[in-house]
Amino acid sequence: MKRSVFKNRGLPYLLVLPQLAVTLVFFFWPAFESLRLSFFRTSAFGDRVVFVGLENFRKLLVSGDYYQSVVNSFIFAFGVTALGVGAGLFVAALATQNVRGLTAYRTAVLWPYGIAPPIAGIIFLFIFHPSYGVLPYWLSFVTAYEFNWLLKGWVAMALVVIATAWTHVGYNIAFFLAGLLAVPTSVLEAASVDGAGALRRFRLIVFPLLAPITFYLVVVNLFFSFFSSFGMIHAVTQGGPGGATEIMVFKVYKDGFIGLNLGSSAAQSVILMLVVIGLTALQFRFVEKRITY
Amino acid sequence: MRRTVRSFIPGFAALALLAAPLLAPAPALAKTEIHFWHAMGGQLGETVGELVRQFNQSQREYEVKALNKGTYPEVLTAAIAAYRQKNPPHIVQFFDVGTQTMLSSGAIYPVFQLMKEQEVAVNWKDFIAPVVSYYSKDGNLYSMPFNSSSPILYYNKAAFKKAGLDPGNPPATWKQVGEVSKKIIAAGAAKCGFTTSWPSWTMLENTFPWHDQPFATNENGYKGLETKLLINSEFGIKHIGQLAAWQKERVYSYGGRMGQPDPKFVNGDCAMLIQSSAVIGGFKRSVKFDWATGQLPHWGAPYKKQNAIVGGGTLWVMKGQKAGDYKGVAQFLKFISDPHQQMWWSVTTGYVPITQTAIKNLEAGYHFKKNPEQWTALSQLGATPTANSRGHRLGNMAQIRDAIEPELENIFAGKKTTKEGLEAAVAKGNEILKEFAAANKP
Repeated sequence: MKRSVFKNRGLPYLLVLPQLAVTLVFFFWPAFESLRLSFFRTSAFGDRVVFVGLENFRKLLVSGDYYQSVVNSFIFAFGVTALGVGAGLFVAALATQNVRGLTAYRTAVLWPYGIAPPIAGIIFLFIFHPSYGVLPYWLSFVTAYEFNWLLKGWVAMALVVIATAWTHVGYNIAFFLAGLLAVPTSVLEAASVDGAGALRRFRLIVFPLLAPITFYLVVVNLFFSFFSSFGMIHAVTQGGPGGATEIMVFKVYKDGFIGLNLGSSAAQSVILMLVVIGLTALQFRFVEKRITY
Repeated sequence: MRRTVRSFIPGFAALALLAAPLLAPAPALAKTEIHFWHAMGGQLGETVGELVRQFNQSQREYEVKALNKGTYPEVLTAAIAAYRQKNPPHIVQFFDVGTQTMLSSGAIYPVFQLMKEQEVAVNWKDFIAPVVSYYSKDGNLYSMPFNSSSPILYYNKAAFKKAGLDPGNPPATWKQVGEVSKKIIAAGAAKCGFTTSWPSWTMLENTFPWHDQPFATNENGYKGLETKLLINSEFGIKHIGQLAAWQKERVYSYGGRMGQPDPKFVNGDCAMLIQSSAVIGGFKRSVKFDWATGQLPHWGAPYKKQNAIVGGGTLWVMKGQKAGDYKGVAQFLKFISDPHQQMWWSVTTGYVPITQTAIKNLEAGYHFKKNPEQWTALSQLGATPTANSRGHRLGNMAQIRDAIEPELENIFAGKKTTKEGLEAAVAKGNEILKEFAAANKP
């Protein structure tokens, strides 16, 4: 990039200002507000506020429920990311094949991303519900196993992971598709001439070229699962059964909005923020080094 | 280029149409708006809408604007956020278990005081005892009773007939519930015997007072904020333990929280359902088979049969509005507690009529004879409440429910024994109560 684009030295700063203002107002301010709140015990209506220092954090550290929600969050986030990114790559690869009506297919596979998580949740609820869903009925008919996620924790977790990955798979496909279409055909053709089979071509040429995109998607999917998957849990399992699908972000909501315990809720969101910052830092520190752009 | 411009024209036309109401001259005499946030959806929401419409037509000064803000906890959260922004709605509907939270808040304008100050006469003595005892402090009503219900037993008469049982005779004791369920399953009349909606509310919060058992110390919280749960008592273990055993035999089928289990009954999977009387109106419209109701089952001796407690919600008046508006608020509250509206509301929805006059009038019209299911819930509220059956005055009760229900799930799934599960629920619940007491020290 040439340095002479902006003649006026102040202009670039001015142009960045709106973005900066938005970040300050909608990210930094709430973040600091959470941090401040996490040191207080507040009554529901906010008319009694007592400084309690690190008490909210201490309570979380000795709470079995909180540990469970942390473990659940990691299972959930890694499950959604593995499934969402894996399925995204697979479908994107399929969508680069030469078939009739390709545009229609491509539109169709991108579609789920346009559906809001709570709506997707409701759809899955209708399909999977043990009382009125179709799928558990057929599944238990075929397998003789009762897929009742109202009582079986692992089934509930599998359900929300699949449903969440599904809502996000369109986004992953879009990126992979763009990446796949950018792979130079001449290189692939040269490799075929050299006798490399489809799998080998994918492993040695396509996948390394896709690595930056994959890395980006893993980061984004992890973020997404940790932070914005609340709607799905809220609509489908409400954290149940027995807390098996209570992930950190849902517990933040539940304790803050239903329990009206703002101090604990704020402390939890501070911890959640630290976890995600830590994860991202780790990724950029270690994983990114193995990637050539 | 010309094509692009033309394609905008319909857009502009649409915009102009949308803007038209904004430009229209305001009506000469603007009514004072009263904002009313509630949690009634579906058939209940329609009925609230109709009630509000009738009020708005009955006078010229005020216009009540009713707004459904989601579930009860969501309504409260929205109201708290609005209160903190210093722009609360005038009236908020909130559920029974939020009473202590509201009382401790300092954000409410007590209803008895409102009525006195606005000089709108209400005969408080006319309200029925279980409602008054639940929502009163020092003998005064703090919120306006509106939609009161109690959990009852719904049963599928067709399934009873198919199993060779008397469809006019629902099981009255838990022992009979088990026997009847087994017969129904054996006859292939249904896949499961019974299910329960709102598990904590129907199986603990109501089953305890129904058997005159204490749910929490300090008279269920009426005597002070320092309370502890008692649901892991011998009675609690006996009752929940039996449900867990029945879960294994399909006599009982756990169907989730809130109203989620309803479909199990509606689609014929379970022959019986324990759920609030509030769904009577909805069931009358949607359930395809012949059904009837019975009282909440009882364990019999040695337990005394007491009263169930009211569920549902009441209307709280919030502080922080213009002084002149409260006259309208008082008139609206008076309007909905009027026997005529009370009767109509109760008959349409299944909530119990909450004034003696309304009950007497309905009896005089043979309403309960013709609609026995509407009598069931009311009949459970008849006994004079004891210290164990007045209601629950526990802070953050919504969160306590959220501590109890996952443990019930652990018990029914066989992950914990009944004793372990209930003890875990008590430990968590007590922590929440301690937190509330600390945050609300007078």
